Amino acid sequence: MSNEKIQAELAKYQANVEKAIAKFPERANVPAQRLYTPLDVKDTDYADEIGFPGVYPFTRGVQPTMYRGRFWTMRMYAGFSTAEESNKRYRYLIESGATGLSCAFDLPTQIGYDSDDEISEGEVGKVGVAIDSLADMEVLFDKIDLGKVSTSMTINAPASVLLAMYIAVAEKQGVAADQLKGTIQNDILKEYAARGTYIFPPRPSMRLITNIFEYCSKHVPKWNTISISGYHIREAGSTASQEIAFTIADGIAYCEAAIKAGLDVDAFAGRLSFFWNAHNNVLEEVAKFRASRRVWAKVMKERFQAKNPKSWMLRVHTQTAGSMLTAQQPNNNIVRVALQTAAAVMGGTQSLHTNSRDEALALPTEDSVMVALRTQQIVAYESGLADVIDPLAGSYYVEALTNKIEAEAWEYIKKIDEIGGAVTAIEKGYIQKEIQDSAYKWQMDVESNAKVIVGVNKFQVEEKPVEGLLRVDASVGEKQKAKLADMRANRDNAAVQAALATLEKACQDEEENLMPHILAAVKTYATLGEICGVMRKVFGEYEAHVNL
Amino acid sequence: MEKRIRVLVAKPGLDGHDRGAKVVARALRDAGFEVIYTGLRQTPEQIAEAALQEDVNVVAMSILSGAHPHLFPKIVKLVREKGLTDALIIGGGVIPEGDIPALKEAGVAGVFTPGTPTGDIIKFIKENVK
Repeated sequence: MSNEKIQAELAKYQANVEKAIAKFPERANVPAQRLYTPLDVKDTDYADEIGFPGVYPFTRGVQPTMYRGRFWTMRMYAGFSTAEESNKRYRYLIESGATGLSCAFDLPTQIGYDSDDEISEGEVGKVGVAIDSLADMEVLFDKIDLGKVSTSMTINAPASVLLAMYIAVAEKQGVAADQLKGTIQNDILKEYAARGTYIFPPRPSMRLITNIFEYCSKHVPKWNTISISGYHIREAGSTASQEIAFTIADGIAYCEAAIKAGLDVDAFAGRLSFFWNAHNNVLEEVAKFRASRRVWAKVMKERFQAKNPKSWMLRVHTQTAGSMLTAQQPNNNIVRVALQTAAAVMGGTQSLHTNSRDEALALPTEDSVMVALRTQQIVAYESGLADVIDPLAGSYYVEALTNKIEAEAWEYIKKIDEIGGAVTAIEKGYIQKEIQDSAYKWQMDVESNAKVIVGVNKFQVEEKPVEGLLRVDASVGEKQKAKLADMRANRDNAAVQAALATLEKACQDEEENLMPHILAAVKTYATLGEICGVMRKVFGEYEAHVNL
Repeated sequence: MEKRIRVLVAKPGLDGHDRGAKVVARALRDAGFEVIYTGLRQTPEQIAEAALQEDVNVVAMSILSGAHPHLFPKIVKLVREKGLTDALIIGGGVIPEGDIPALKEAGVAGVFTPGTPTGDIIKFIKENVK
């Protein structure tokens, strides 16, 4: 059918719609058009913009065979209490068919404090596992073959230290660094913008990140050196377009910093990975994944002149949206997570964590985690969604929405370029303000019932408190402190002091790569707090300024 | 003119989740309160001191990390010790139902969990502030 004919038919359809609406008013507050037709994608060139899986611009996926080759990595984020407890959970997940590990660290670990620091009180082992030194890391991966498993670590400001500990544990297991597979999150910019576990100011933080890029390109070549994360930006309240725009702007900043430090773009770009949120609106999410691959491919090829096709690929880990789980009628969350899983899979993710039904209330129980993992397995093996690559391609709506999200992302990237790049945009509070405004709008839409959340502002019921939630024993902090005191008493303290002094000197010399010095310190059983303490002394600490 | 209600919105502990705190802060401001937001990573001492310095009527704390059983009561105690005996102290975040009685016992007048409309918090403050 020619476009003219479609146009004519569309006009007739619109007339019918007018008549229908006159009798039966439509739902308000739907952000999309009512109907999409070939006219909405008439300017989209298939070969240039959509293309084929494994081929630039990767709209249809980064690998040629996608899930026909193998499913995404089912990677459940876990960790709580002590290294012993978390080790048990990891082994349980591996036995249940999880294909990768994903470590959650407690807040003191994430912010570079030891468990016996005063500021750690009440937080030890709460949102993740407490790691004070190599001794804890040895327990965490006990009886887990680091030559086989791939491990993702959600660690940012002290990522260099945890990576060094991982390398050291592997060495003790007899696994060489160049065999290690995994990811460190290592994305400090989104910590300033959305997640809050920063330590140092942006400049030394960017140095640590480029030091890691350089070190890993030589010694840990299979390691994903960063997971540039939109997940937390979305959790903080952004829209889908903002999620990918701000994250890709952060990615641009990391590339610029590494290139400025003298690295060749193709030496590090292939190890960059991304982290998206799988939110509630299934089709919007699918379009977001597709648009993000296209934008990043263009950034790498056109802006940074990367030559290696691997440098153009946006490989992504996904987590279902924690902020969309409701404390009300928690079993409904199983359904939300299933839909979010469907979106991530139709969007072409490389790995996925599914949240558990009880996470708006507490850390998940083993039973809840099992349902969440089974959700992925059902989508993989039963739903058929993984049978065909990029199954929604060619949908007028999904293609039009992919174009729209891409255009909105470019708009933001341009704006951030004008401000002076992501680092400056964060320092000025621009990105934070945009996210806050979206978060506030979301809340007001829910409160005015423009947006319905089942069980929260519609279909509510009287509920009894949920029983059997996971509780982290309050004694965990005391146990961890005792273990730490024991470890400090039994290590070679002169060696620790010497390693820390060498590290301090290296911190003062901007030309020096810090990774070898951190690795040396870790091997003496210097604690995370001691190592970060040295860096705090030289680099100072970041202070946030909030404009409500 | 009636004196405006002054609220300190506080993020105790190491938790970086501040979406809720910022949304509540803005909703309270839009409801006509004077709002001071502490920013992240405040110790109980810093929060009590800020409450005193800012001479607030309400301290609204937010924690999503599970550290509330430890930090909320500590802040109540320190705020009272500063002489703010009348200040209304409330809290919110990922807080299991079972923890709420102990928090109320410790002097947290209202506990607001995920899904609470900001209007409920505003109403609670208006009805209970001294």
